[in-house]
Amino acid sequence: MPSPALHPSPLPVPALQVSALCKQYAGVRAVDEVNFSVAHGEIVGLLGPNGAGKTTTINMILGVLAPTSGSIAIEGLDVGSQRRDALARTNFAAVYATLPGNLTVLENLRVFGLIYGVRNLGSRIAELMEQFDLLRFRDTRCGVLSSGEQTRVSLAKALLNRPSLLLLDEPTASLDPSTAKTVRERIREMASRERCGILWTSHNMYEVEAVCDRVLFVSQGRILLEGDPRSLPQQHGATNLEDLFIRIARERLSEPGAGP
Amino acid sequence: MKLRPILAIALRQFYLMRGSPTRILPMFAWVAIDIVLWGFITRYLNSVGTGGIDFVPRLLGAVLFWDFFTRVMQGVTMAFFEDVWSHNFLNIFATPLSIAEYVSGLVLTSVCTSLLGLIVMLVLSTSVFGLQFVALGVWLIPYLLVLFLFGIALGIIAAGMVLRLGPASEWLVWPIPALLSPFAGVFYPLATLPAWMQGVAKVLPPSYVFEGMRALLSGEPHDVRPLLWGLGIALVQILLAAWGFRQIYRHAVRTGLLARYSAESSS
Repeated sequence: MPSPALHPSPLPVPALQVSALCKQYAGVRAVDEVNFSVAHGEIVGLLGPNGAGKTTTINMILGVLAPTSGSIAIEGLDVGSQRRDALARTNFAAVYATLPGNLTVLENLRVFGLIYGVRNLGSRIAELMEQFDLLRFRDTRCGVLSSGEQTRVSLAKALLNRPSLLLLDEPTASLDPSTAKTVRERIREMASRERCGILWTSHNMYEVEAVCDRVLFVSQGRILLEGDPRSLPQQHGATNLEDLFIRIARERLSEPGAGP
Repeated sequence: MKLRPILAIALRQFYLMRGSPTRILPMFAWVAIDIVLWGFITRYLNSVGTGGIDFVPRLLGAVLFWDFFTRVMQGVTMAFFEDVWSHNFLNIFATPLSIAEYVSGLVLTSVCTSLLGLIVMLVLSTSVFGLQFVALGVWLIPYLLVLFLFGIALGIIAAGMVLRLGPASEWLVWPIPALLSPFAGVFYPLATLPAWMQGVAKVLPPSYVFEGMRALLSGEPHDVRPLLWGLGIALVQILLAAWGFRQIYRHAVRTGLLARYSAESSS
């Protein structure tokens, strides 16, 4: 359970502000009028069944997918019109975006550190390698690392620029329970220490309950529920978060016109 | 534009080459093979020719120029393909890096790799086959510049084409220099070509280089205007190529192509 001290304190500009966000593909609304914010130091879980629109939302926040309408602001900077400044304050790690396997851990971190304009890059890399237990893989090509080790490299890359907003798409999916626990703790500490807002997607409801201050349940591109992951299930007559997740996913499937 | 992100893109290519002889070898091997092959062909032609024409600068020089242009173009496309092959688009384009910085990084990579190839070709052609580039004098520099600019323009166009059509369209890129060479008049005067091919040659900057080179070697008075025209066309083509790449990138962001690219490139 996160301690009350780790709960966000209100700052005038949130780390992330998503307003009336829509993405439409050939008549299908992948994301439909989504509104939410992530405060500095807050960890928000973005939950939902496959195809709910979570990754589409993350891609729009990262500026690699243009919204059909709506706006995204990172620390008040619009991703559409102030892309460079907005993305300089952001970073991400996702299971589907591993770093190039033909570069070593050190080479990858150097290249991305330069792209993000990280100051004192050498010492920042050394610090992150230590933090994610990567020192022994310093000169190992990422492609030969295990999926768990690659995830740790991706997380180190994601923290290189001390982002104000961190997007984590199933960051612990490839990690063993022990490493996953350590990584979760470190990310929580980092969110608290550096006042970094985090948007976290996961299908592991235990993890979400342990890490997130707030969760957003997404289905068919819309936010259906929002609240504290520890009290939300009871509020909606579910025994736990997983039970609530399953119910929402099945309701979606039973709706007319829902995909397979 | 910031320098550090541009250097980062070029540094990535340096790291790749440093750790992979299979990436370094093609920078030398193909051009060396071409020079050796054409070097012996020109020697043979010189021995059987009766008109007193020296084929070494005409043919071997033309091969060297054309290979240089090809290396420049492939320097850009190969650097781009590395990101395609390693499914790196999401990592790269979700950063503060601008498109201009990314393309500049590709160009910087190409400058380094093509210079390396050029040095090998010059050493081999002069030391083994006696090619005297001093015969071209100061014209050598603008000739190489025009070929370099055209190679960059074509490299950017080819990268944009792969971004737009998907990773499978990579095979369309490799034959581009071979497709253009008949129109550019690499080995023969443009007057040899039918009128419609001469029309195409007019928009190909290398055609001005090869015409000028032949005129110079034949001792004819060298008119600088066609070369300036070629230089101007190459500069316009670079601007158009950069604009086109930006448009394709924007289309990819709008339609979700960029976000899907990683998944598609692994299929």
